[in-house]
Amino acid sequence: MINNIYNMKTTRRQFIKISSLGIGGAAIAGSGFSMIDFFNLKSKKRTYDLSELNRYPTYCDVCFWKCAGWAYTNKAGKIIKLEGNKKDTHCRGRFCPRGTGGLGMYYDKDRLKTPLIRVEKDGKQSFREASWEEALELVASKMKGIRDKYGQESFALIKHGTPGKHFEHLFNAYGSDTIAEPAYAQCRGPRAEGFKLTFGTTVGSPEATDIRDAKCIVLIGSHIGENMHNSQVQELSDAIDRGISIITVDPRLSTVANKSKYWLPIRPSTDIALLLSWIHVLIYEGLYDKPYVDKYCSGFEELKEHVRHFTPEWAYNITDIKPKKIRDSAREMAKASPAVIVHPGRHVVWYGDDTQRTRAIAILNALLGSWGRRGGFYFKEKKKIPNYPHPGYPEPKWTWKDLNKKYPFAHSGITTEVIRASIPGVDGEHKVKAWMVAGTNLTQSIPDKNLTLKAIENLEFLVVVDLMPMEITGYADVILPECSYLERYDPIRSSTFRTPSIALRSPAAKPKYKSKPAWWMAKQLGKKLGLNEYFNYDDYAEVLDWQLKQIGTSLEEMKKIGVKNFERESGALYLKDNENYRFKTPSGKIELYSKKLKDAGFDPMPIYVAHAKPDEKYYRLIYGRAPMHTFSKTINNPYLNDLKDENFIWINPRIAKIWNIKRNQKIWIKNQDGIISKFPVKVRLTERIRWDSVYMVHGFGHDNKNLSRAYGKGASDSDMITNIKTDPLMGGTGLRENFITFLLDNPHKNVEL
Amino acid sequence: MVIDTLKCVGCSDCVVACQTENDVPFGYCRDWVTETVTGTYPHVEMELRSERCNHCENPPCVRTCPTGASHVAEGGIVVVTGNECIGCGACIESCPYDARYQHPEEGYVDKCTFCIHRVEKGLKPACVSVCPTRCMYFGDIHDPNSEVAKLLAERKYKVLAPEAGTKPRIYYLI
Repeated sequence: MINNIYNMKTTRRQFIKISSLGIGGAAIAGSGFSMIDFFNLKSKKRTYDLSELNRYPTYCDVCFWKCAGWAYTNKAGKIIKLEGNKKDTHCRGRFCPRGTGGLGMYYDKDRLKTPLIRVEKDGKQSFREASWEEALELVASKMKGIRDKYGQESFALIKHGTPGKHFEHLFNAYGSDTIAEPAYAQCRGPRAEGFKLTFGTTVGSPEATDIRDAKCIVLIGSHIGENMHNSQVQELSDAIDRGISIITVDPRLSTVANKSKYWLPIRPSTDIALLLSWIHVLIYEGLYDKPYVDKYCSGFEELKEHVRHFTPEWAYNITDIKPKKIRDSAREMAKASPAVIVHPGRHVVWYGDDTQRTRAIAILNALLGSWGRRGGFYFKEKKKIPNYPHPGYPEPKWTWKDLNKKYPFAHSGITTEVIRASIPGVDGEHKVKAWMVAGTNLTQSIPDKNLTLKAIENLEFLVVVDLMPMEITGYADVILPECSYLERYDPIRSSTFRTPSIALRSPAAKPKYKSKPAWWMAKQLGKKLGLNEYFNYDDYAEVLDWQLKQIGTSLEEMKKIGVKNFERESGALYLKDNENYRFKTPSGKIELYSKKLKDAGFDPMPIYVAHAKPDEKYYRLIYGRAPMHTFSKTINNPYLNDLKDENFIWINPRIAKIWNIKRNQKIWIKNQDGIISKFPVKVRLTERIRWDSVYMVHGFGHDNKNLSRAYGKGASDSDMITNIKTDPLMGGTGLRENFITFLLDNPHKNVEL
Repeated sequence: MVIDTLKCVGCSDCVVACQTENDVPFGYCRDWVTETVTGTYPHVEMELRSERCNHCENPPCVRTCPTGASHVAEGGIVVVTGNECIGCGACIESCPYDARYQHPEEGYVDKCTFCIHRVEKGLKPACVSVCPTRCMYFGDIHDPNSEVAKLLAERKYKVLAPEAGTKPRIYYLI
């Protein structure tokens, strides 16, 4: 069976059909637009030569990998192409499809164009256009109002990405550190804490995985290649040429599972059992790196005793993975040791025991001796960028930490706790009264939508900063339109990697419409709040130039080179032979047994606890990424929407046969709590998914009509996630214990959406 | 062109890069990605392929073109001269790879040119130069020292629809 995999709107075959009927092009392009304004279709051929164009350095804002590149503009000043910067370690001159198609963010005609203020007339609410002065004045007056009434701590900032940095500075100057981002408790938080508990340090972003030199990589539900974490995809591809052996644990034949020597099609939610049995094999077959463990690890004897009974035969009953395959794959890892990576994953909030699962992954890496070793995990480093001078921040009376008290191992704001603190009568005090939401579409990025909506209902004020009319903007009192990353300066990118590097984001064009950069909004608000001394500059370029000069370069130089790589200063990339090394844990060792966890009343070593299984006619909902999209953010991007404009629900053909469901049939889905998808979703029949699970790509099913290309296309997995398994260690929201069933008839027949 | 299916992840960066490089209108593409799945769970395998015009050695599109707009250019690249094309669609029908489309605004038939405008300047085609997995290779197959010739000498490969007798020149490493 051949599928045009990403559901191009017009396949060759369909095109022929259409053209022979003589239907025009605009109708084919469909979805509300015929061309983007800059495309001059009269020009027969592209005539430019890249060397004749102007180029402006940027780093990509389509995802968090932040690859650096160039925006090329033609003589008329129009941006025509984006390309990776060859000197950049994140992309090595090659953007992923989202980076290449980032142009669509700039040209999207659905962008927010002007500040908007919610007004009510005759009981009907609507947005009216406002000037920046009026909109910012209103936001500032609300910030003052909340400060006078409850204290400024009650105004929370929920953020994602680069705009968040500017507002974080504003909020800290204003005296509020009630700040959270979904990237923590809804994504990578558990792995940060699991690795910190074990090795005393996190894996960073980009992760310090030395795939370049690895001989074996183990992926637990992590689908590199469908997540386009650029440098990792590139390094893995090179490693395939070198003959790396890949071990993938996934209930779905992911792209990378298909490239694997061992694919372990695991029963979902049983990963910890598999990990424990791998640990058992390594220890009881004597395959672990004994000198490394003796020198650097503590708690080995406890661990050995702990896993005594976790044999592959024990795990087989739980995981569906045959004992021979468990043993063979463990031996494969040991053969490559220490050049082996058991990848920590990134989005790891699955079942509520995620920090413990990540601990098991960390322990496995420790036994294989891969931390601090070539082909395992390198010692990452980043360039320190001095802060532009400003007075010290005032000390808030309480912060995000006070909302996290239930979770002793949380080291960052938990968005869901901010949400809970915004609802009277939900655990604890009703401390939060107003939000600024910058760059995150909370109704899609946070599970249990009704809770989020209830919090919003109780807010005294909600201001949303975004590029696009995402669903969250519909709930705002004030909307501030941010310009795209191609139209603005932003903080210098300084990320962890093998070598420290910095990248500049500079504007390639003036902001379209009335949109403005986040730094400008933060500065204007600061001025209105009497915080001028924190924003002692007219243009963010001054901040950048000052910072760059502190580290031996300048804005002028960076505009020419875009990326600057520095020498390492923190020492070698890997441990030297028999080097005495102190890990940043309480014991100074890699803690296989965690006294810290024991003292806090948790399991000092991971244990397997059975999770709920689907009832009859229900299937576990597994979701993931497609390489051309970043969550819900890119679905409306004309280039990326052209590649994939809707998601499908993947169903195993045997299950479809029971239901008499056909390929491409549109069905509705309902979860265990009776939540029904707003829109139908097409069925993809595929042998790539287990019988007890279904799979969807995350981010679709938008219900804001202002997103003309994304509206009503596919179904939202987020809407189906209402059962949350909270991680007791750090408050991560486990999202994979939700089960769905199929509705073949339209449940909304008599309802107007 | 040689494409390594063992490395391709089907990300479609080749498609976007082609669209921005060549002004391909939305809803159309000169290259695309297919997926073939065989077997039953859990004994499943799949193949991802970036596909485009095969620049055949024996191109039916050139034979069927009544005006000579479709022709073989220097270096063996099959191209269409836009202003000589009358949009009759014979080439579209004759192509076993579905590699051609009629430009919705201009009326002429369009398809992959191997980015001849880039190749002339010593650059690689846009798809090849952007691919994050570096699974695409471009060069002269007749030069035994070229990367493409070496890959074909060392690796197992296939072409698409060999039965059509078109002698396609995109080789898939398998």
